[in-house]
Amino acid sequence: MPSGAVASQPSVTETGKVSRASKDVLIKIKNITKYYDDALAVDDVSLDIFRGEIFALLGASGSGKSTLLRMLAGFERPTSGHIFLRDQDITQMAPNQRPFNMMFQSYALFPHMSVEKNIAFGLQQQTPKLSKPAIADRVSEMLKLVHMEKYARRKPSQLSGGQRQRVALARSLARHPQLLLLDEPMGALDKKLRTEMQLEVVDIIERVGVTCVMVTHDQEEAMTMADRIAIMDEGYIQQIGSPVDVYETPRNRKVAEFIGSVNIFETEIKIDEEDRVILTCGDVCSDIYVGRGVTTSIDENKMLFALRPEKTFISKDKPLQTHNWTEGRVADIAYLGGHSVYYVKLKSGKQIQCFWANTERRAERPTWEDKVYVYWTEDAGMVMHL
Amino acid sequence: MKGLTARLKEKLPKGKHSIISLPYVWLLVFFVLPFIFVAKISFSEADLAIPPYMPMFEWSDNLLNIKINLGNYLWLAEDPLYWEAYANSIKMAFWSTLLCLLIGYPMAYAIAKAPKEKQAVWLLLVLLPSWTSFLIRVYAWMGLLKDSGLINGALMGIGIIDEPIQMINTNFAVYIGVVYSYLPFMVLPLYANLVKHDNSLLEAASDLGAIKAVSFFRITLPLSFNGIVAGSMLVFIPVVGEYVIPELLGGSDTIMIGKILWQEFFNNRDWPVASALAVIMIMILIIPISLFHHFQHKESR
Repeated sequence: MPSGAVASQPSVTETGKVSRASKDVLIKIKNITKYYDDALAVDDVSLDIFRGEIFALLGASGSGKSTLLRMLAGFERPTSGHIFLRDQDITQMAPNQRPFNMMFQSYALFPHMSVEKNIAFGLQQQTPKLSKPAIADRVSEMLKLVHMEKYARRKPSQLSGGQRQRVALARSLARHPQLLLLDEPMGALDKKLRTEMQLEVVDIIERVGVTCVMVTHDQEEAMTMADRIAIMDEGYIQQIGSPVDVYETPRNRKVAEFIGSVNIFETEIKIDEEDRVILTCGDVCSDIYVGRGVTTSIDENKMLFALRPEKTFISKDKPLQTHNWTEGRVADIAYLGGHSVYYVKLKSGKQIQCFWANTERRAERPTWEDKVYVYWTEDAGMVMHL
Repeated sequence: MKGLTARLKEKLPKGKHSIISLPYVWLLVFFVLPFIFVAKISFSEADLAIPPYMPMFEWSDNLLNIKINLGNYLWLAEDPLYWEAYANSIKMAFWSTLLCLLIGYPMAYAIAKAPKEKQAVWLLLVLLPSWTSFLIRVYAWMGLLKDSGLINGALMGIGIIDEPIQMINTNFAVYIGVVYSYLPFMVLPLYANLVKHDNSLLEAASDLGAIKAVSFFRITLPLSFNGIVAGSMLVFIPVVGEYVIPELLGGSDTIMIGKILWQEFFNNRDWPVASALAVIMIMILIIPISLFHHFQHKESR
């Protein structure tokens, strides 16, 4: 069901970030399936990659995202299905024939070659042959791009993790690839460097203007870097959309739970009208009022209601609204600096998460075992099929 | 009293040091000391006695006489037979090493690239002949190569040749014996090196447009350099001093230093000259090895 998802339109995202992507399809992946012996790794995936976008394949390990990337690079052949570069079927093309370049997870820099020789390697393989000065020019241009001019003669073992990544990026961009593949680009870096490099890598990719497909298991990384994200699970694509799309309107429970934290309630439909839905739930004291229509089929009575923790409010006083609230006790608090996570135990025994933004330094906050009310606006939650 | 034990403890090597010192002790007892004995004998004079050489130190009439006889070395320098033997040994060791490398590299490469579960079996096949005594295997080659041996017999049987090809007692037979016997010493270090190679490097090379041959010559081969060196050393060094194979398979024109040494030692009973031969052989081997390590160390930094 979720495979073959229709790509959402990449133009201006809801956050106002203008995507570079055009509507020009560069890569078309059509019904790709891959078996390793009997194990199904990629299950009938179809998707389009637009020229100029950064596209992230996001999923847990074993979700098939790396296999899909390796099939794009040409290291693996699909069991069935086709990959097109514009109109050309490249499914069976060898990796060294594809106009794609990959930045490997552990960078795969050649340990016996200096930085400049690593970058020159791809250029030396080009046909027609490039002249030596042309290669040298391109190498210094690439070194400049990634700010590594000073390290041209160093060996990879003499570089830090971040520097190695720059070299790997320069090496994979040197041949002007039509598609850049990034395999867990930040996997080998520590957390602080990761945030820094995410922005820098995006900056470099945008300056070069190359189309990019990246694979990651880190949702923060995917959301920071990508224009569009495909959520993969057990070999197929659950949803494709902009970071805002997949976070705010996840298509199903799996997507909602994979991206960020979420509280999921099993509810029954009480009133289902064109512009509003009222749900009842055993865990929640009041009715749940959703201020917009939801497509349901007639025989469907049970729905899931998903509520992100940051879209809830906590108070010791009973809220004035008649619906969208419930009460419970504070079971646990995790103070994270910027915000605190409250684990509230509802009367039914269900525990939910609520964020409390720490906007004041010494604000009076509810504490352990306090009786609290949790409430939300009529637009805060998402209604999903079971 | 307490102060004494504390001081004693300080003087005695700590646990860490005593473990590190073990290989050094081993080297001292089994290499340095024997070498010193041999070197000492090489500076004495042959004598009809037991042991068959004159003592270096003599104590008589309150005088300590130290006799250092350089005659053995001068003797070696004057006789071209010995130089020919050294040169021939090194030449044969060089070509044998090269042959072992040319045969062993593809073998090691194929084993390292084979599926994991097959690697153990293939390695075992490389090692399996070593379970039979070295000497017996060389004798087996005699049986194969001699005029009335299996190979000549088969060739004559199918009518390719009319009379046996002279193979035994030639340098050709020595090369076959040496390459056959020392091949595992080349294959094993090469395999150990090649199997560690990161496959993603080859993928990266291919991704950057390299064809298989380019990946091999620019990535795999340079990265296996240490394995090549280790294997070559393991073949070259013992082959220079090899005695059994040239003795059994070689002819009278196969002059190798191992054979000459044996003759000086057992046939002529001239221990000092034999010792001098051994000392020079070790010098010849040690100088290039240490030079090589020096450069390799420099390069790795």
